[in-house]
Amino acid sequence: MAGLTDDLTDDMADPAPPAAERYKPIRPPIWVVRGSLDRRRYLGMATASFLGLLCLWWVVAASGSVNPLFLPGPVAVVRALIDWWQTGNLVNDIGISVYRVMAGFALSAIMAVPLGLYIGAYQPVRALFEPMMEFARYLPAVAFVPLVLLWFGLGESSKIALIWIGTFFQMVLMISEDANRVPMAQIEAARTLGATNREIMRLVLLRSAMPAMLDTLRITLGFAWTYLVVAELIAANSGLGYAILRAQRFLQTDKIFVGIILIGLIGLLTDQVLRRLHRFMFPWLQ
Amino acid sequence: MTNSVILQGVSKTFPGGFEALQPINLTISQGSFTAIVGASGCGKSTLLRIIAGLETRSTGRILVDGQPVTGPGRDRTMVFQDYSLYPWLTVMENIRFCRSLAAHARDATDSEIGDATRRSVALLNLMGLARVERAYPNQLSGGMRQRVAIARALMAKPAVLLMDEPFGALDAQTREVMHDLILHVKSAERKTIIFVTHDVEEAIYLADRVVVMAPHPGRIDAIEDVPFARRHRDLRLDPAFLALKRVITDRIRATAGMSADLDGMRSLTEPATSHHPGNQQ
Repeated sequence: MAGLTDDLTDDMADPAPPAAERYKPIRPPIWVVRGSLDRRRYLGMATASFLGLLCLWWVVAASGSVNPLFLPGPVAVVRALIDWWQTGNLVNDIGISVYRVMAGFALSAIMAVPLGLYIGAYQPVRALFEPMMEFARYLPAVAFVPLVLLWFGLGESSKIALIWIGTFFQMVLMISEDANRVPMAQIEAARTLGATNREIMRLVLLRSAMPAMLDTLRITLGFAWTYLVVAELIAANSGLGYAILRAQRFLQTDKIFVGIILIGLIGLLTDQVLRRLHRFMFPWLQ
Repeated sequence: MTNSVILQGVSKTFPGGFEALQPINLTISQGSFTAIVGASGCGKSTLLRIIAGLETRSTGRILVDGQPVTGPGRDRTMVFQDYSLYPWLTVMENIRFCRSLAAHARDATDSEIGDATRRSVALLNLMGLARVERAYPNQLSGGMRQRVAIARALMAKPAVLLMDEPFGALDAQTREVMHDLILHVKSAERKTIIFVTHDVEEAIYLADRVVVMAPHPGRIDAIEDVPFARRHRDLRLDPAFLALKRVITDRIRATAGMSADLDGMRSLTEPATSHHPGNQQ
């Protein structure tokens, strides 16, 4: 009998896994729709993609199968960067371009945030402005170059105006959508507590839409950078976009690469800063 | 008992001619707990939103403590099913939200501000939220969030507390805890409460009176008084409780035409064996 019960308990107990496997952590699968990826591997893969692109570029350029005029190698581009920094005025070009982008972007934001909020809040404001903005955002910003030159002259204001044209209309529509997505229950709760329309705008709609609006600003800041080169078509004599256009005239492909990569890096940097700001400003989202 | 809310011929027809509510007359006494139940589409939420002033009525008159209702007001605060808390404010800041509004600014003498502070702390304790005073709504469970929403609505000292399926998104266990909590609130605050739900058991357990509404068009079908004096968990299993639940559930089914649907389905699945002479109710 004793032997029988022993046999039974042996059968019922879970078989112990081999010691080596026992403490092996089980990782969640990463190839799942809406799956998860830990931060370390995320950063590793992101870095690998940049390095991979760099390697590919290097190999193709070094193989000699492509004319360096069409595709200069990484070394040539770094040399062009140093050259630009030593003999040209790289810092000044970056400074003036950042200024133009920020000024045009800030002007758009100052106007678009209140207008977008009011479109999202009041139907008459929506009727007055939304169809007009939908129309205006399809107007090609590039085609405004001669007009802007005519209206604002050769100074900085014309470049800022062009960046404004490229970003403002999109921004208004996106902000109004952010205001639209504020849950109705938040607004109605305030109304039953006795809030006036102005109080709802200030204490509920603005506050509730703020995280989404900061995201909208981050995305439209990218638009502003893409319009920089167009803006610097207008009688500029400095700036990254201007330098690219000038390098094109002299077939300095390596310098064009430097300009393009610099704009990309500045964009990536500001994007990261705004993401951090988002996390810092809205701790309650976590 | 004095009357708190009086509805006289309140109806709602949406633009386009859809009649959501036929003229409704209803008198709700001070300090009573009225539950409104009915099949979906009976206009129970619409009626509550009209009382709140969030929805306009097509005809009729509403009086709250003798004053005609012209729009939303702090005398009729509302608890919504979900998503009504302000996620950027802590629990305490949510509860005290009404204090930042001009409508409440005239209660601003020193003693009244002191009262408000005491009241917010008292509500925090009443709702069992003291432990999470500084938490943000996203850090709370659904049940805790609804406690905050109730405390916020009570903070405004309304004459009537309106609740629109406030526990509809909660799991069954949490809901039972909330039922006892809301009964406790009612006895502590002596508030008039109007409570919309699709859960008949919840309605009987909480209310002094259950208003049964019927759809197409929305109207009051029956009003049942709930006779039970003490409310406790075992009441849900009491034969008298279950009998009342049966009566109300049957009314709702009859008005919603659900049993007719069942007969229709039977006639589809058993065409040869049985012949139904018709299934009008």
